[in-house]
Amino acid sequence: MARDIWLVFRRHMVISLRNPAWVMIGIMQPLLYLLLFGPLMEKIVSSTPGFPPGDSWQILAPGLLVQLGLFGSMFAGFALLGDLRTGVVERMRVTPVSRLALLLGRVLHDTVQLLVQAMLLLLVAYLVFGMRAPLAGVLLCLVMVMLLAVTLSSTSYALAMLVRSEEAFPALLTTISVPLLLLTGILVPITTELAPKWLYVLSRINPFAHVMDAERASFRGDYSVDGLLTGSVVLFAITILAVWWGARTFQRENA
Amino acid sequence: MIEARGLARTFRSRGRSVEAVRGVDLDVHAGELVGFLGPNGAGKTTTLRMLTTLLRPTAGRATVGGVDLLTDPVGVRKKIGYVAQGGSTAPECRVLEEIEIQGRFYGLSKADAVRRGAELTAQLDIEGLEERLVKTLSGGQKRRLEIALGLIHSPGLVFLDEPTTGLDPQSRANLWEHIRSLRDEHNVTVFLTTHYLEEADSLCDRILVIDHGKIVAEGTPDELKARVSGDGIAVEVPAESVADAAEVAGQLAGATDVTTAENTVRFRVPRGDTALPELLRAFDTKGIPMSSIQVQRPSLDDVFLTMTGRTLRDAEEGDNGA
Repeated sequence: MARDIWLVFRRHMVISLRNPAWVMIGIMQPLLYLLLFGPLMEKIVSSTPGFPPGDSWQILAPGLLVQLGLFGSMFAGFALLGDLRTGVVERMRVTPVSRLALLLGRVLHDTVQLLVQAMLLLLVAYLVFGMRAPLAGVLLCLVMVMLLAVTLSSTSYALAMLVRSEEAFPALLTTISVPLLLLTGILVPITTELAPKWLYVLSRINPFAHVMDAERASFRGDYSVDGLLTGSVVLFAITILAVWWGARTFQRENA
Repeated sequence: MIEARGLARTFRSRGRSVEAVRGVDLDVHAGELVGFLGPNGAGKTTTLRMLTTLLRPTAGRATVGGVDLLTDPVGVRKKIGYVAQGGSTAPECRVLEEIEIQGRFYGLSKADAVRRGAELTAQLDIEGLEERLVKTLSGGQKRRLEIALGLIHSPGLVFLDEPTTGLDPQSRANLWEHIRSLRDEHNVTVFLTTHYLEEADSLCDRILVIDHGKIVAEGTPDELKARVSGDGIAVEVPAESVADAAEVAGQLAGATDVTTAENTVRFRVPRGDTALPELLRAFDTKGIPMSSIQVQRPSLDDVFLTMTGRTLRDAEEGDNGA
C-alpha cells in the first residue's frame, strides 16, 4: 500500500516537474492579490474598527493560503478527468494496485504542490512586504494548509469521479468554490463588527471560515484554545470526511 | 481460461434500466484466439469490462484464469492483461515511465519491469522510443505500447478491446501479425472484440457473435459460415443442359436454393469445397459439359445477416441513429 502510494505520487510529481509552469500559474492569482490588493489593506485595517488583531499582512496572507487551496487543490480533479479520458485510470484499475493508493498518491502530490506554492507566496510576503509572523505560527499554519489540501483535493477527485465531464466540472467547481471563498472572508474577515448578522451566521456554517480563523490566530502567534480549537476540530473532521468520501468513490467496483 | 455463465449487466439511467448484456455464456480455452464480433453497442465492451473486473455483473458468474471473478477480483487482475479500446496511456508521460510503473503495479521490481519492457518493445517493434513522450508516438506505436503494458506481467490471458480501431490499414495488418504471434510464439490466450468482419475472419480461431447483449452464434469462422448460409456455387453450362444440370445439383447432399438462368445454375451447399468433387463426378457421369464453375464463400456479414436479420453495417447505423 505504501509502495503503491509512493509509485502514484512519484508519477504525478514527475509530470508536474516536467511542466513547472502550472505551479506558477496556480500561484498567480493569490500573488496578484498580495501585490495589488495587499498594500490597499494596510490603511483600511489600521483605520477601521472590527478587524481581528494583527496587521494587514497577518490577516491577508493566511486568507490567500486558503484561496490557494480553494482554487488550486479544489481543481485537482481536472487531472483525473484527463486520465479518465485517456484511459489511464482504467488501465491502472485492472492492475492489482490498491485503488485507495491511486487516490492517496494523487492527494499526496497535490498536498506537496500546494505546500510549495504556499511557501513561495509567504516568501514573497515576507521579503517584499516585510510581513512579520512567528515561525512556529507560520509552520502551524502550513500544517493546516496541508490538511486543507488533503481535504480539497480528495473532495475534488470524488466530485470528478461522479461528474465525469470536463465541461460540467469547472462550472460545478466555480458554483461551489466562489460562495465558499466569499463566506470564508479571505480578504476582509467576516467578524461580528464588520458583517451584518445574517452574513456572520452564514459564514459560521461554512467550515472553512473556522479553519480561516485558526490560521489567522496561529499566524499572529495566538495559540490559545479560543483561537485554535474550533478551527482544528473542524479541519480534522472535514479532512476525515473528505478522504473517506474520496476513498469510497475510488474503491467502488463500478467507478 | 474463461468460463462465464449467465453473465448480465443492467444499467440504470434516468429511471430507465437498460440491459446491456443479457445472460452471456462463454468458454475460452488456453491457447485460443477468440473473437467477440458484434456491432457497436451490442454489449462487447460491457462483457469485457465485467470479465476484467472493471464492472460488476448484475447477474451470473465467471472464472477467469481459474480465479472466481466475483469473490477474488484482485486475483483475476493478477492473471490477466487488458488493453482498452480508447487507449490507456498518458500523453505527458515518457514511454519508459509508463512501462516501469505498469510493471511495478504488478509487483515487479524496477529492474524487472525495465527488462521485461525491453523484451516487449523489441517483440512489438517499438524499441528505441523509451525516452519519447507518449503524445509524440504515432497511432500504431501507441497501440503497440498499450499492448506491451497489458503484457508486462506475462499474463496467460490478454483481453484486447477493438485493438485495431482507428489504425491505418498498414498498422492494422502489422498488429494482426503481432496478435497472432502472441498466441503462436508466446502461448498467450487472446480474447479480443472487434466489429470488423475481416479481422474476426482472418485472426480468430473461434468467433462469438453478439447482438443486443446476447450471443447469437459461435464457432470457427468456417463453421459459422457453413452453418449459417453455406457456400454459393454457380455453374455455367450450355443452355440446352441447364435443366439437367439443375436436377443434378438438386440431388447433391444439402443443396438448397437451386435457381437457373439462361446458361447458369446457382445453388447453395453447406460446404462448397467438399461438394465440388461430387458435383464434378455427377456432371461427368451425366455427360453435362461445363464451361466454368465458381464457389462463393459466404462472408461473416452473411452470418450476421442470417443470425440477426440485418447486416453489420445496418446494425451500426441503426444504433448510431438511435
